[in-house]
Amino acid sequence: MANATITTGATGAPTRPKYGSMSRDRRWALRWSYFFLVLFAIFFLMPPIYMLITSLKTSAEISAATNPWWISNPTLQNYIDLLSQNQFLVFFRNSAIVSICVVILTMTISVIAAFALARMKFWGSATLATGVFLTYLIPETLLFIPLFKMFAWVNEVFGVQLMNHWWTMIILYPTLTVPFATWIMIGYFASIPKELDEAALIDGATWMQTLTKIFIPVALPGIIAATIFTFTVAWAQFLYPLAFTTSTSELVLPVGIVTTLIKGDVFNWGQIMTGALLGAAPPLIIYAFLMDYYIAGLTAGATKG
Amino acid sequence: MADIAARNPAVLAGNQRSGLHKLMQRKSTIAFLMALPLILLIAILVAYPAGYAVYLATLNKGMTRFVGFGNFEFLFGRDTFWLVVYQSCLFAITAVIFKAIIGFVVAHFVHNIPAKGQRKWRGMLLVPWVIPPAMSTLAWLWLFDPSYSALNWILAIFGIEGIPWTGEAGWARFSVILVNVWIGSPFFMIMYLAALKSVPEQLYEAASIDGATWWQRIWYVTLPMMRNIIAITALFSLIVTFANFDIVRVLTAGGPLNSTHIFGTWAFRVGIEGGDIPLGAAVSLFMVPILAVAATFILRDITKRGSEV
Repeated sequence: MANATITTGATGAPTRPKYGSMSRDRRWALRWSYFFLVLFAIFFLMPPIYMLITSLKTSAEISAATNPWWISNPTLQNYIDLLSQNQFLVFFRNSAIVSICVVILTMTISVIAAFALARMKFWGSATLATGVFLTYLIPETLLFIPLFKMFAWVNEVFGVQLMNHWWTMIILYPTLTVPFATWIMIGYFASIPKELDEAALIDGATWMQTLTKIFIPVALPGIIAATIFTFTVAWAQFLYPLAFTTSTSELVLPVGIVTTLIKGDVFNWGQIMTGALLGAAPPLIIYAFLMDYYIAGLTAGATKG
Repeated sequence: MADIAARNPAVLAGNQRSGLHKLMQRKSTIAFLMALPLILLIAILVAYPAGYAVYLATLNKGMTRFVGFGNFEFLFGRDTFWLVVYQSCLFAITAVIFKAIIGFVVAHFVHNIPAKGQRKWRGMLLVPWVIPPAMSTLAWLWLFDPSYSALNWILAIFGIEGIPWTGEAGWARFSVILVNVWIGSPFFMIMYLAALKSVPEQLYEAASIDGATWWQRIWYVTLPMMRNIIAITALFSLIVTFANFDIVRVLTAGGPLNSTHIFGTWAFRVGIEGGDIPLGAAVSLFMVPILAVAATFILRDITKRGSEV
């Protein structure tokens, strides 16, 4: 704005039109922004849309050399076939139970631990907070081989077979979710004013009461964000179930779709895409309804702390 | 406040001190107990396996004999190993650079449009990040299908010959990077958008009073203000990309001829599918140096910010 007046002063032109040209520049910038946003949106949304298109086609249409981006005979047959398959429902059930249990476990462990780390300093608590973050940076690709061997050892010593059971994932997934959830919660708890819990403590509240009556309600957005994150990670995890489960009755959804649907006849793509879309649906639905929490959680990891 | 409330009685009444001391002790005991599940989880399922991997890597295939650096020597002598090292670095570095650039550009476009439309666009553009990677990679696998590729169908309209997306080494490398960029750049976009919004508007006004062009404004105002977020997001993404598994596994399974294997997928092939657990552990340990470097930088930034507060 100030720029416009100064340059008009220099060129000697009246102020009004120059303001117009500024907004014309702005309009063009806007048009280009929309143009490129549309291009990027096409790029970003093409695979999921193509999933949907393929899932609505018959095998005959998929194998025909027609326009792959058009459906001439839309059908729900793939969905009916897949959802009436016992196997697919087992995958779905396994995934759902594992994800829900992991969410409950993760949130219990991390909210309580984050409270202790953020508010009740104890010997080594600062180191532990850093350690939690470091743990978050250790990828599962580094751990699956030693874990594989450890499971064999547990079977030898305690006689508990951890291999090839879907419930093993309930034990394993928290290693991926707890560090990040704790990290987010430490950030949220640290942003709560100290006066709040001090007042509660002076009034004679116990630490547990302070946590449940003050911290959890105040930090609810953070808890929702961490819960969404945990669910998404648990639902999407691929490496651990691929390495540790083999029987079809023990597979979770992503691994089940990749390993059981992909082999077999070539034109199974309609069902594969239907399965992939159904596998992507739960996180997408949650995201659609709780987008703001989801994004808050994403950015909290880096901007808080 | 609580400090004063807690300290004063301690100073005033001597006989209360021991009780208060006990209370303080109890507070730290309670805190430790509250953090105990977290500590146990990290110790048993993260720290111990990580150390155990080092031990495993020094055993022979049957895990009966200590062979020292035998597995590493064996790896250094294999061409496939060097191919994996090369591909891992190429994959991670190229993908992170493109994710950062695309994320930065898209964040700017979203930031440019009126505030009330931003939420809708942001929501749409984040979809690739929300879909489980194994599932969206399946969609790409089908888009890349050798005989029914829908992408080649589009290219054919423009008279471009079909591309062997996953069939030929060079293109397969391109494809895994493309899919990784597709999944990861929305994350960069969200982070950069949050950072863009935190740049004070006055700085831009001051810059435009001084006659800065849009490029100068990005170079001298936006980038310096966002430096922290850019660095942390890129380092973080470097770790995740370097340790990637899903995309390569589903899209190419390391093929053609091991040309797209990265450490994670090759360790799986060697250790779980090949049955040579120590060798697999040795392969995955090669991720540690680059992870350690990136983690150190991230930690330094975080502790620096912690001390500022």
